[in-house]
Amino acid sequence: MNSAHDLGGQMGFGPVVPEPNEPVFHGDWEKRVLAINVAAGAMGAWTIDEIRHARESLPPAQYLSSTYYEIWLAALDKVLVKHGFLSADELATGKPAPERREPKRVLRGEEVAGVLRRGFPYEREAEAPARFAVGDKVRTIVMHPQHHTRLPRYARGKTGMVERITGCHVFPDTGAQGQPETAQWLYTVVFDGRELWGRDADPTSTVSIEAWESYLEPA
Amino acid sequence: MSGHHHHDHDHHHDNHFTAIEARVKALETLMVQKGYVDPAALDAIIDTYETKIGPRDGARIVAKAWTDPAFAKRLKADGTAAAAELGYGGRGGEHIVACFNTPEQHNLIVCTLCSCYPWPILGLPPVWYKSPPYRAKAVIDPRGTIADFGVTLPESQRIRVWDSTAETRFIVIPMRPAGTEGWSEEKLASIVTRDSMIGTGLPKVEDAA
Repeated sequence: MNSAHDLGGQMGFGPVVPEPNEPVFHGDWEKRVLAINVAAGAMGAWTIDEIRHARESLPPAQYLSSTYYEIWLAALDKVLVKHGFLSADELATGKPAPERREPKRVLRGEEVAGVLRRGFPYEREAEAPARFAVGDKVRTIVMHPQHHTRLPRYARGKTGMVERITGCHVFPDTGAQGQPETAQWLYTVVFDGRELWGRDADPTSTVSIEAWESYLEPA
Repeated sequence: MSGHHHHDHDHHHDNHFTAIEARVKALETLMVQKGYVDPAALDAIIDTYETKIGPRDGARIVAKAWTDPAFAKRLKADGTAAAAELGYGGRGGEHIVACFNTPEQHNLIVCTLCSCYPWPILGLPPVWYKSPPYRAKAVIDPRGTIADFGVTLPESQRIRVWDSTAETRFIVIPMRPAGTEGWSEEKLASIVTRDSMIGTGLPKVEDAA
């Protein structure tokens, strides 16, 4: 969806201001949000793309005026309610109701190291050969879906070159909507800066995106 | 998102800061009481990202690539497998690609759509990496973005920006600086900063430990 999260090329935010000697967390609550987010995700009720969508579909003004952990917290509340783990009333009062949804799994303390080390690989067995080859010229499609997509606005309808075939990866656009998992070939597609940004672009810059096969057509 | 709001909150918005702390505490209590999360798991997750995983891990990969050409070759061919040789990988870094800087091309990593970052080798991202100024500017003005970090690249060096739009995670392998001949891997790793592995910095000989 065309929301505030799709930031590439937007203007007016000012320079990047790094914080010297930045700590890993700015306060205990950030640690707790990170941990609850990881542990709740491990219940297996939603995909990474569904929770990304919950974050990016926050109202734009809220998204842009929140810190990243505030965004995570707001999205976590949304998916927990949506999947019936908590009610809005419980979140408002902090008091647990007797109703409870049984999670598929609960991540135990002793399992954390192994689960984090294994991760959740996104590559799948391909059912068909890749449509494009390294060196192929491709054009990204133009679309403005209401749902989640990983094709950023600045790179829609642009011509680039396939630089690398990453593999056959879980397709986010449908997975974020709770549909059964599917996978598509994923490519690194590189664009000339001027193709993306026009004549004022830095002529020495190129930008690549990771593009699923259905984002691309031959050029 | 406000990049440095925490300082503001500390000084001007104490009520808001307290409110979010209360909200998080309430959520955690609900999640534990309802049996959805194990408190020991929360502690283990925090300990992992606060004390066990960080940019030192990525620096070890870079230093090995600088000293071991066969490893550098494997890292270029398959970043995931090469990182696994050193024991790295997993959540948030299931698919790793190493982007080698050359005199002709400098690499810069961004995630314009969210905050994708190679957790198992660089740890959690800094606030600026997740905030609008960087995510907006890196793709349209990479040279200006790098200049915000006080780094000026030669005009002759092209800049390649990698937007992390999938589960592929990128790490920049900076060029080994002159004047580091004969250094141990450990000493080399000490000059490999987090920013140099994102592409917003360069390793400097004078940073050596």
